[in-house]
Amino acid sequence: MSTYLLSRIGQGLMLVLIMSLLVFLGLFAIGNPVDMFVNPQADQAEIARTTAALGLDKPLWEQYGQFVRKAIKGDLGQSFVHGASALQLILDRLPATLELALVAITIAIVFGIPLGLWAGLKPDTFVGRFIMGGSIIGFSLPTFWVGLMLIMVFAVHLQWLPASGRAVTESVLGVQTSLASLDGWRHVLLPALNLALFKLSLIVRLTRSGTREALTQDYVRFARAKGLTGRRIVGVHVLKNVLVPIITVIGMEFGSLLAFSVVTETVFAWPGMGKLLIDSITQLDRPVVVAYLMFVVVLYVAINFVSDLAYSLLDPRVRLGGAAR
Amino acid sequence: MSAPTSLAGFVSAYRKSTSATLAAIVLLLILAAALLAPVLSPQDPYDLAQLDLLDARLPPGSPSGDGTRQYLLGTDAQGRDMVSAILYGLRTSLVVGVCATLCAVAIGIVVGLVAGYFGGRFDALLMRIVDMQLSFPAILVALILIAILGQGVGKVITALVAAQWAYYARTIRGVVLVESQREYIAATRVLALPVTSVLFRHLLPNCMPALIVVGALQVASAIALEATLSFLGVGLPITEPSLGLLIANGFTYLLSGKYWISFFPGLALLVTIMSINLVADQLRDVLNPRLRVD
Amino acid sequence: MATPTLSIGGLKTWFFTDSGPVKAVDGVSFSVMPGEILGLVGESGSGKSITGFSIMGLIDPPGRVVEGSIVFKGEELRGRSDAAMRTLRGNRIAMIFQDPMMTLNPVLRIDVQMVEAVLAHRKMTRSQALALAHSALERVGIAAPGERLRAYPHQMSGGMRQRVAIAIALLNEPDLIIADEPTTALDVTIQGQILFEMQKICAESGTSLIWITHDLSVVAGLADAVGVMYGGRMVEHGTVAQVLESPRHPYTQGLIASVPQLEARGQPLRQIPGAYSPLVNVSGCAFAPRCERALPVCQTEPQLAATADGRLLRCHNPV
Repeated sequence: MSTYLLSRIGQGLMLVLIMSLLVFLGLFAIGNPVDMFVNPQADQAEIARTTAALGLDKPLWEQYGQFVRKAIKGDLGQSFVHGASALQLILDRLPATLELALVAITIAIVFGIPLGLWAGLKPDTFVGRFIMGGSIIGFSLPTFWVGLMLIMVFAVHLQWLPASGRAVTESVLGVQTSLASLDGWRHVLLPALNLALFKLSLIVRLTRSGTREALTQDYVRFARAKGLTGRRIVGVHVLKNVLVPIITVIGMEFGSLLAFSVVTETVFAWPGMGKLLIDSITQLDRPVVVAYLMFVVVLYVAINFVSDLAYSLLDPRVRLGGAAR
Repeated sequence: MSAPTSLAGFVSAYRKSTSATLAAIVLLLILAAALLAPVLSPQDPYDLAQLDLLDARLPPGSPSGDGTRQYLLGTDAQGRDMVSAILYGLRTSLVVGVCATLCAVAIGIVVGLVAGYFGGRFDALLMRIVDMQLSFPAILVALILIAILGQGVGKVITALVAAQWAYYARTIRGVVLVESQREYIAATRVLALPVTSVLFRHLLPNCMPALIVVGALQVASAIALEATLSFLGVGLPITEPSLGLLIANGFTYLLSGKYWISFFPGLALLVTIMSINLVADQLRDVLNPRLRVD
Repeated sequence: MATPTLSIGGLKTWFFTDSGPVKAVDGVSFSVMPGEILGLVGESGSGKSITGFSIMGLIDPPGRVVEGSIVFKGEELRGRSDAAMRTLRGNRIAMIFQDPMMTLNPVLRIDVQMVEAVLAHRKMTRSQALALAHSALERVGIAAPGERLRAYPHQMSGGMRQRVAIAIALLNEPDLIIADEPTTALDVTIQGQILFEMQKICAESGTSLIWITHDLSVVAGLADAVGVMYGGRMVEHGTVAQVLESPRHPYTQGLIASVPQLEARGQPLRQIPGAYSPLVNVSGCAFAPRCERALPVCQTEPQLAATADGRLLRCHNPV
């Protein structure tokens, strides 16, 4: 088991390394490397000075080494637009994105699993078919369009919820969060729903097919032959088999939630990392883009690793290996 | 139930789903509308001479200032007729989506065929790359590429291709692995046929059903991805607006109740994506029942 | 005469598909006395497993028991609600399946799966149920039952898993056990051990056992009575001695003759010509197309009738 863990950690580190190489090559070799450190609007003298000072005329592999060394220390450059450390900017915005992502994933799980279970148990009823049809729609709708519709209906038309922005944060247990107030929840609800929709549909579909498959298994038949009630069969036998793969999917999907938040944050003007990224791309604020990419890759690898770990703990077949024949 | 072997069999199997048949009809109409955009639209939305600023932001059904025409779906901030804008935007979205998909398919086919057929360390390496890329959501991959390459039509297509090729590569490789076990491939080895012949004339045709299904689904997702990128402002330039850009343009007017500038392009996008998805779902059920979610 | 534990009369279970009804079981009758072991023999598709499921009430749509009576200890089971059947299943009538890997839930521990079988039918504390499980495992010859209880199914060998399944069947001391090819997936030596233990258990506790199999040799060593099925119908039923030593139905005769004999080395194996095709719903005797003794009258369906020596036989032209 520990060899498995070590190899996963090794793979993760490899991924981060490769990603850093790709980012480095992309921005230093393909793009104009000077743009990384000097505002493209600066004059020639400034550019020449910076080039020499930062060693941009040195061979590529030396520059890469410098890049990696600085990155490990947390120095990923200064933002042109804001003048602050790029990494710091991102870390400042991280709590907002995390808040949004956590509420979204909670919505997706709390509604997705029961709905999927129902659709799997009673696929030929009106409700069952409705749920499946709904999940197909939820899957196909582009996130930004759903966001627009949500704003149109709930903010403009019905005027129940605010159209954008995040409420004022308070400090709870040392963390700045906006969820401690009702106003906070009013602000987070629409964007979280928007972000959750795609994942919700995914979870519904996965739960449904998992349930359908579990129901055909011999152990369900055997459970019935033992005289167990339907409630126990579904609630214990089926559910446990269905949940194990879904939980790992959820773990991995959480990472992609952070990426998708780019769209939702733009639509709802939510002050998170994603919005920062888009602004940086359009404003050519390269250091921030680099910092975001590296940060997200590391985050990704960490999340994938944790969900791998969770899977191996939950599935007894993986956890215990065993003398199976 | 196995895949139908004749065109007639295919059509009758396909028609078993009414929603998919409807979707197919809608899709054909959309394609026709996009192809015939210059003919069908009342106005060329990118010819500045034809635009009248005084007609800007008119609600659906209003007549134009000079009374010569009716704006069926209203006008946008520049006085552009929404119907024309949508038709042209549809065309751009479809062209970009299909182009990107075709390129991604081509790359994916080559990688998948080679990896699956030659196997060994080569296969392991390629699949590692594929898996790594697939573990990132497409939008992130696209954003990374645009951040590096800059903006423009070619770069957007490159980004879309990069986000999608891995999916095809994996699907094709899976099919190749299965087919490689079959006797007819062993026969090609006995006959010492050249590798390219084996790959393209023997293996590839057997991958077609899976390819068609995955390709159809991915066209929809390519269109959605491009729309998202354009909406965010990092996609196609203003000179070649797709539906995504139209929607973005109308975003600010949503809050003041002028919904039609965003809503109708959004509706067009939605109907396009959904009908492609429904058609692709049914294609999958008909061509390869084993891939069914159910 | 004592009441039979189970008495089936003219059972028919059909599956209603888009291409017409599939008559999986189309006329099965037999009885089993307390302590008796009945071997239900037939090839794949003959309907033996479906017979077992029909008795348990585990036939799901599109299948349905369309005709016949299932009398368990004097009470008719057909028509009973699912809730009423649930009180019998795993309690008075138990079933053992063919593949133990899939009949035990892979993500639940053995003790959980055994305790729930007890607590579903009797009120007691969890530790009392656990003690019952422990002694049941001992009874089927599993060493170190305490460890096994805390294990998961994939940590055991196939033979051991099947013993666990048997132990589960015995937990509530049922009157009838239906075993559906329980040793088909196991080594011959393990099979022998399990057969021996089952025989012992039935003799000790007076439990009736229906052993479904396609293997005649198993039946020869284990059973008291034999029922032969073909095409969803019971074609011959009698004591083991009667049926195996002097078979009267041509199919039974062919079955016995096709078992490879040690003495006949170098000789071609005898087989019954043709193959059974379940989708062809034939009127008349289902075996007629493959039968050497077929007569024109075999185009009409023969009925299951009692013979002079106490067997049941379904044939117009028996041996």
